[in-house]
Amino acid sequence: MQVVIAKTKKKPLDFIADQIPKLVLSPTILMTIVFIYGYVIWTGVLSFTKSSFLPNYKFAGTLQYEKLFENERWGVAVDNLFIFGGLFILICLALGIFMAILLDQRIRAEGAIRTVFLYPMALSFIVTGTAWKWILNPGLGLERLVKDMGFENFTFDWLINSDMAIYTLVIAAVWQSSGFVMALFLAGLRSIDSSIIKAAQIDGASLPKIYLRIILPSLRPVFFSAFIILCHIAIKSFDLVKALTNGGPGYSTDLPATFMYAFSFTRGQIGLGSASAMMMLAGVLAILIPYLYSELRGTRNA
Amino acid sequence: MHDSTVLGPQTSSAKLGRVFIYAILAFLVLFYLMPLVVMFLTSVKSMADIRTGTLISWPKEFVFDAWGKAWSSACTGVACEGVSGYFFNSLKIVLPAVLISTFLGALNGYVLTKWKFKGSDLFFGLLLFGCFIPFQVVLLPMAQTLGWLGLANTTAGLVFVHVVYGMAFTTLFFRNFYVSVPSELVSAAKIDGAGFFTIFWRILLPVSTPIIVVCVIWQFTQIWNDFLFGVVYAAGDTQPITVALNNLVNTSTGVKEYNVEMAAAIIAALPTLLVYVLAGKYFVRGLTAGSVKG
Repeated sequence: MQVVIAKTKKKPLDFIADQIPKLVLSPTILMTIVFIYGYVIWTGVLSFTKSSFLPNYKFAGTLQYEKLFENERWGVAVDNLFIFGGLFILICLALGIFMAILLDQRIRAEGAIRTVFLYPMALSFIVTGTAWKWILNPGLGLERLVKDMGFENFTFDWLINSDMAIYTLVIAAVWQSSGFVMALFLAGLRSIDSSIIKAAQIDGASLPKIYLRIILPSLRPVFFSAFIILCHIAIKSFDLVKALTNGGPGYSTDLPATFMYAFSFTRGQIGLGSASAMMMLAGVLAILIPYLYSELRGTRNA
Repeated sequence: MHDSTVLGPQTSSAKLGRVFIYAILAFLVLFYLMPLVVMFLTSVKSMADIRTGTLISWPKEFVFDAWGKAWSSACTGVACEGVSGYFFNSLKIVLPAVLISTFLGALNGYVLTKWKFKGSDLFFGLLLFGCFIPFQVVLLPMAQTLGWLGLANTTAGLVFVHVVYGMAFTTLFFRNFYVSVPSELVSAAKIDGAGFFTIFWRILLPVSTPIIVVCVIWQFTQIWNDFLFGVVYAAGDTQPITVALNNLVNTSTGVKEYNVEMAAAIIAALPTLLVYVLAGKYFVRGLTAGSVKG
């Protein structure tokens, strides 16, 4: 009898207690719906309007996208993304794997060397850009250093050469991010079962063969996540360009992210800026969705 | 964990290989250290010394004038008050933003693992999307919202933006950590009559130190190093240090003072470098755990 009374008395309190977890999560739910999904839709809507300096919600069809694809500067930005992104990802992966394999050879002072490879990741791209801008300065930087060493005809003016400036972005970005790829692969290498390697050695396989045939193939998941992360960094690259070349000479080192900023915030073409942002999102999704799909399918099969 | 002796040298000819490996590593170490060394050497040279020497030449005389100038009198755009004010702006942004986003992440992670309700897993999936979007796709609406809220060009506005877009990551960190905390602990406490918050304060938080450290380091470096939100949502004397540094380097008129630029760059890098030196292990863990943000 007493129990029943206690239960009925507690009921309203129980109801409140049940709601607490939902209440606690609700600000985040609200923020996610509004500031992530809502804003993506909002930007999408803007991209189908004639918005210029101020938003204008009159539907204009695919006008902005047509303007975008006809825009020469956008073409350069997209081409640059493929050059920069392709080289950046390729070199980071190759260098990262190479450094991880070297560090995996029972190296003295491994911890110290790892620290040196990784510290650039703690710096902002603005600092990285500033540092490399100084090193690549044609008059006083690396060019001068090599000339003073006796190579009078040496020139290294990539930073101010509109055909080559995009490659200076690759140098700085690789310096900043390759240590991180190294860390991912080193962790992967350290988690491989040593009995497989021992068995291969007994069979007389050489060290390069063991790495190529056994170890690296088993690191495929690490390879894919590193690839996704590097793609993501490349598509978002904004700070580095701003600090190192500011998109120049001319707009020869523009990337979609700097294009979006220029048209949205300095040229007052919000509609075109939104269209370019939506294209960036499309780029990220094009890489992400197949990846997530294969990941989810993989875990289901496992 | 594989035993690296397996891959160690077996023959004497392999010893030559070892020398080769160390030579490559030494070269790579120089490559990674060079920019920092060059920055420091340049920052302690006089301009005359910079013009006559090379990138890596030793300073004729160590002068710290450039550091003083970078801190208190260099021109960053229109203002000529050095980067000190912007350094403190960044601190004013980073401290509340890190604390709030970490705390909310912990609460969210707790709910998403120990108090699941219908739809909570779906919500977590939806939230993760926030880790992947290029922020360009939310920049314009947020600019307008900050204007409506009266938060445009304010420190509070930047704190708000960093909390909103840091949430997906902090929640991810804590959710993945709390999954490994036995749920029996929580159910036992529930039977004993402990409520939602009691369980959080008494059971979950005391075991959360490792993930709190990772999350704080991650958020600190992300927010300190942010440039995009800073350049779009702050103006004049509310700008963070990254924006001030960029202004100093890219818009300075007259004679370029490379020593001042390098000193300012090191000042802008110091807090995160310090975090890296003091808590490198957790820094790496944060990178690999939340590596999607890039």
